Amino acid sequence: MPPRMPIESGVPDPFQYMHPLMARNFGAWNYHERPRPGVLCHTAKSGDKIWTVRAGTQRQMDLYTIRKLCDIADEYAEGYVRFTIRSNIEFMVSNEAKVQPLIDKLTAEGFPVGGTGPSVSMIAHTQGWLHCDIPGTDASGVVKALMDELYEEFIKEDMPNRVHITTSCCQINCGGQGDIAINIQHTKPPKINHDLVANVCERPSVVARCPVAAIRPALVNGKPSLEVDEKKCICCGACYPPCPPMQINDPEHSKLAIWVGGNHSNARSKPTFQKLVAAGIPNNPPRWTEAAAIVKKILRVYKEDARDWERLSDWVARIGWPRFFELTELPFTKFHIDNWRGARRSLNASTHIRF
Amino acid sequence: MSKPMHDTPMLDQLESGPWPSFVTGIKRLAKDEGKPYQNMMIDLLGQLEHSYKTRKGYWKGGTVGVIGYGGGVIPRFSEVAANYPASKEFHTLRIQPAAGMHYDTKIMRQLCDVWEKYGSGLIAFHGQSGDIMFQGVSSDKVQAAFDELNEMGFDLGGAGPAVRTGMSCVGAARCEHSCANEQKIHRILVNNFLDDMHRPALPYKFKFKVSGCPNDCMNSIERADMAVIGTWRDEMKVNQAEVKTFVAKKGRKYVIDNVITRCPTNALSLNDDDSLAVDNRNCVRCMHCINVMTKALSPGDDKGVTVLMGGKRTLKIGDLMGTVVIPFMKLEAQEDYDKLREIAEATIDFFAENALEHERTGEMIERIGLVNFLEGIGLEVDPNMIAEPRQCSYVRMDTWDEEAQKWFTRKAEEKRAAAAG
Repeated sequence: MPPRMPIESGVPDPFQYMHPLMARNFGAWNYHERPRPGVLCHTAKSGDKIWTVRAGTQRQMDLYTIRKLCDIADEYAEGYVRFTIRSNIEFMVSNEAKVQPLIDKLTAEGFPVGGTGPSVSMIAHTQGWLHCDIPGTDASGVVKALMDELYEEFIKEDMPNRVHITTSCCQINCGGQGDIAINIQHTKPPKINHDLVANVCERPSVVARCPVAAIRPALVNGKPSLEVDEKKCICCGACYPPCPPMQINDPEHSKLAIWVGGNHSNARSKPTFQKLVAAGIPNNPPRWTEAAAIVKKILRVYKEDARDWERLSDWVARIGWPRFFELTELPFTKFHIDNWRGARRSLNASTHIRF
Repeated sequence: MSKPMHDTPMLDQLESGPWPSFVTGIKRLAKDEGKPYQNMMIDLLGQLEHSYKTRKGYWKGGTVGVIGYGGGVIPRFSEVAANYPASKEFHTLRIQPAAGMHYDTKIMRQLCDVWEKYGSGLIAFHGQSGDIMFQGVSSDKVQAAFDELNEMGFDLGGAGPAVRTGMSCVGAARCEHSCANEQKIHRILVNNFLDDMHRPALPYKFKFKVSGCPNDCMNSIERADMAVIGTWRDEMKVNQAEVKTFVAKKGRKYVIDNVITRCPTNALSLNDDDSLAVDNRNCVRCMHCINVMTKALSPGDDKGVTVLMGGKRTLKIGDLMGTVVIPFMKLEAQEDYDKLREIAEATIDFFAENALEHERTGEMIERIGLVNFLEGIGLEVDPNMIAEPRQCSYVRMDTWDEEAQKWFTRKAEEKRAAAAG
């Protein structure tokens, strides 16, 4: 029998799985309200209303959790769900009377209802030690530990504006950009297992991958290998994926760094990337308490000092970075001053200084 | 008969606290007597605890796939299989969800049934590229699991140097801000490049992301090689009665502090009678005032999209935002969608031919210059593509007159077309 060839169907049509009320009012919505944290109410031009109840999940779910969510959707909602980019699950109901029982059930089953409006939403994250081949830390564990700490901020809407947090288990940063990003920062050059390089690595592509040209081909112990100019190396880890014998992860020296002010929305200001605020934070499982303390401190100061609707980036733009470091009591070091290509654009070429 | 559970004192600590615990979930699978995945999950917990203790990861890649495809399965082999043999192979199937990530419970249960039969019982909704991550399957079951999912109407997503799984916001399905048919754009773009997704042969990854408005809930500006974002070009819609209701409810100070003075281009003014004056010519459609006054304000009627290219995260030259390459295009008639698809085709062709290995579109644009890229894909220059014109005088400009003439000719043509249309 010939092998079965795949059906290259690509992206499935969503209408087959979409709540019928949403399909019926597709492209014809009028406005929305947020009756309470975790709940959205959208009104269509037709007059139809749909209530969305948003709940946090652990993203990496076992079958029992998913089936429980399906049971809840069948019994308390109308059999339809969708997921957000931040791994929150949304249940849609066409009747307001179904909202409270659904919230009660979700809460009773341990799924926090929230993540809407000016709250701290679920942390977008990478795979970490559970599945990634180049992780410097875990991801689901970091997120579980942090979301335990930020639970109240998820279920309430009392931040100045929404807060998106991301974590990434290496500097490639698949976790993405956020108002606060917690990422691994390698601090030592890779350790090379020279016996393996020739067999495992395509040397020219490893050389080409290095963003600062610190890697050269070399003969080591009579075998073709690679060497790293440690003075040039920025410890980015880009050489590790194509060449695992260039071990970059280090139980002690791969630290966490925290970056703030990333915002992809065009609302108010143009989109911004996150900026370094703290580094050298120990990578301490299972609760990563040192990183959590800094994140909570930044959030506390932001909550106290920012005005309504200011995202973290908007707030810092208004008060200035010196004040940010003063308020958060985080040390400002030479490492905060960018020296990458085009860095002068990030320097202060004005007398705009607050005293 | 199952093997004994490993001691997991560190992971156990992640079972306390109010947030749902993935550890509790994995433990349930590990205690699931008689299930095919039970031993695999027992050893997965063992290996994960070992990672927590030693602060290192122990998975390595390899080559595992399904017949007919070159990518989409993420191979994982354990480096500590001697101690945790049952999870020595723990591959992931990346499966593309429906655009907008909609599910009914029937299909969710069917997805679970497949993963109960062949996989680990662990599923991530969703990975950072937008795939459903069916995490943990041994090499011998990859094909059977995929076949069943494929017969249900699901397809593998992208991995490696390929077109990747796309993402689109909930958009027109539930959001009044939506200025586009996000799911249609998403499906047209991604489904046109399935060969480039399933048989990785590009210089590096290429991502499409679609957001229905400039709030960009899909983070396409920062993460997509080609970002399609809904917008409008006529006047924003103002329901003055609702404006007055909002002012009456929130107070003038709130409205001035949170709406009027937050407008990035000072295009708003609160009139003495509490109605809103909008200088639409200077509105940059940032969405802020519409976000605050959802009932009173909404996008205009002349909707379309802005296309930006070259967004990406760190490697290799640092973060890059997408750059505007099409300030506005209508997406109504089939020809409009065809045009968008053709622009994507020209872009991917140009990328395939001109990017260096492991170079993203944004890095290629940085290396060759935006103008060369635009010429390569057949788009005209536009002042909306820049934050400001050139500062540096070190440039050769001996074809200035021809270039200026092109601009005047184009403008004259646009004027004629507008008059005729």
